Amino acid sequence: MTRLSYTKALNRALADELAADPAVCVFGEDIGAGLAGPTLGLLDRFGPERIVDTPLSEQAFTAMAIGAALSGRRPVLEFQIPSLLFLVFEQLVNQAHKFSLMTGGQAGVPLTCVVPGSGSRDGWAGQHSDHPYSLFAHAGVKTVVPATPTDAYGLLRSAIRDPDPVVLFAPAAALPVRETVRWELAPVPLGRARIHRSGTDVTVVAVGHLVHDALAVAEEVAEEISVEVLDPRTLHPLDWPALAASLERTGRLVVFDDSNRSCGFGAEVLATAAEELRLTAPPRRVTRPDGAVLPFAPALDRALQPSRDQLRRALYAVLT
Amino acid sequence: MTAAPGSAPTAPDATTAPLDTPAERYRMLRLIRGFEELALALVKAGAIPGGIHPYIGQEAVAVGVCSALDPTDRLTSTHRGHGHVLARGAAPHRLLAELAGRVDGLNGGRGGSMHAADLSLGILGANGIVGAGAPIAVGAAWAARQAGDGRVAVAFFGDGALNQGVVLESFNLAAMWRLPVVFVCEDNGYATTLPAAAAVAGSATGRAAAFGIPAEEVDGMDAEAVRAAARRAVDRARSGGGPAFLECRTYRFEGHHTMERRMKPRYRTPEEIDAWRTRDPLPRAASLLDPAAVTTIDTEVSQLLSSAEDFALASAHPDPAGAADHLYADGLRPRAGAVA
Repeated sequence: MTRLSYTKALNRALADELAADPAVCVFGEDIGAGLAGPTLGLLDRFGPERIVDTPLSEQAFTAMAIGAALSGRRPVLEFQIPSLLFLVFEQLVNQAHKFSLMTGGQAGVPLTCVVPGSGSRDGWAGQHSDHPYSLFAHAGVKTVVPATPTDAYGLLRSAIRDPDPVVLFAPAAALPVRETVRWELAPVPLGRARIHRSGTDVTVVAVGHLVHDALAVAEEVAEEISVEVLDPRTLHPLDWPALAASLERTGRLVVFDDSNRSCGFGAEVLATAAEELRLTAPPRRVTRPDGAVLPFAPALDRALQPSRDQLRRALYAVLT
Repeated sequence: MTAAPGSAPTAPDATTAPLDTPAERYRMLRLIRGFEELALALVKAGAIPGGIHPYIGQEAVAVGVCSALDPTDRLTSTHRGHGHVLARGAAPHRLLAELAGRVDGLNGGRGGSMHAADLSLGILGANGIVGAGAPIAVGAAWAARQAGDGRVAVAFFGDGALNQGVVLESFNLAAMWRLPVVFVCEDNGYATTLPAAAAVAGSATGRAAAFGIPAEEVDGMDAEAVRAAARRAVDRARSGGGPAFLECRTYRFEGHHTMERRMKPRYRTPEEIDAWRTRDPLPRAASLLDPAAVTTIDTEVSQLLSSAEDFALASAHPDPAGAADHLYADGLRPRAGAVA
């Protein structure tokens, strides 16, 4: 029985996949030094031929990974800053993601992007605090946001083994989470949600680090409201059957989502629930505001992120 | 136009094209030229949706470069990529069927002119984004170097791509890591309508040289000259000498895209086009051969293209029920776009 940190879980997943499959390699900035955490020690163990420190040329090394993937490798890319994904949106969405369809299925592009420290990091301001997972889910790229260390481990291993591009967001606010591991770490399949807490009154779909906030709020209100906390884990493809089954039990829905509100992940969950699933009350979502840019000062940064207070209010609102 | 099952003519298998002799290289020049002329006619006839970017005039670049490659080498192509795909050995039947959006196309009708590719021939995609293939080829070269398999990667791109930052990033990575990649700039003088003289500060070769990459200017209207330069570059890359850059000076006799036939933009003079036409790579290559051999080749190519046309136009249109097929390599089916 060990205490596993989120970052260490990513580190172990990378090491285990590198050890299991010689085709796996890692590209990124400062990964030899392990600056962001997940690649710590990998250079010593696997060497510079597989742990490749790249110059600050995100677009080129992301496309390089595509060429390597088409040549038999399974590259993993680490991006220290979530906003760097905007820089490589062309390579990930327009190239890697479209390759299978455009070639009529001649080849897929098995590459995995890891963003250790997505969302706000408290004081990193406008260009380091985005949480753009909804963009990738919208574009159709397989998108994973683990909340816990064991899920981070298991989902990263599955992402690397997946034949398509996958982007894994490791929320900065989830990195301090530690977990007592009582079973052997194992891959977690993509596309499967996880119920962290069962309830009968309302389903909270919580994404990434917000799972932990949702669990805390669920505990606080437990005497009045029976809250079910559903962690989708994979945002695309989403586990719609798990959500449908949960709403069969509760009939009420709140989405707790660190996306910008308009066209965000929560919007899609609410729309699908309204169109196709069983709801007994109008649903709610707790998100960043429309088109949010996080300001620098800590109080301002927090003011635009979804909060426990907002979730609490939303829970009472769907019950009345 | 859906053909009855079993009635369609068959396409020859794709095999790496033999381009070892002047006769074989002339045949490929003629095949590409004839293919493009046929495609232009089919665009006009409405049989090719979306039009094409014709390669006519630039054939010597594809033929010269591909003649220097081994069967297992890899390349990335461009929006003007038919010549690369044919010179690599794809059956014109299946390329034409792809342009026409038919099930027997190289990509099953999912890619069209700008994305026609045959992965089995080492073509890692043709690309609709200018310059995007260069770093993909660098990645293929990196993988080959790591595998120690001696494969070389070639990145084809035009003069327009010289102003894409990602191409310059690719030069840096390839040079720093001494990767076996050959950058082939098909400088046809224009990025769509913008003359290279108004777009490229310094020079193309100067840009590559600034990264320490050996850079050579080549007569891109002469398949033999391109071949000689490509062999030097490919051989050096294969033996561990690192990347090379070839600026193949060439010209497209047709417009940037078939829509120019309708739009008629004025950005170059008829005199300029005529002057370049006197340097047509085909007569030049034919002059190396016995005239009787040329006639025989022309006849054979003409018959091949006729059978390619029959094949492509007899091939079935794809079933719309499969429009989202191949979106994911693992067969994942996305949700439907409409709720019943």
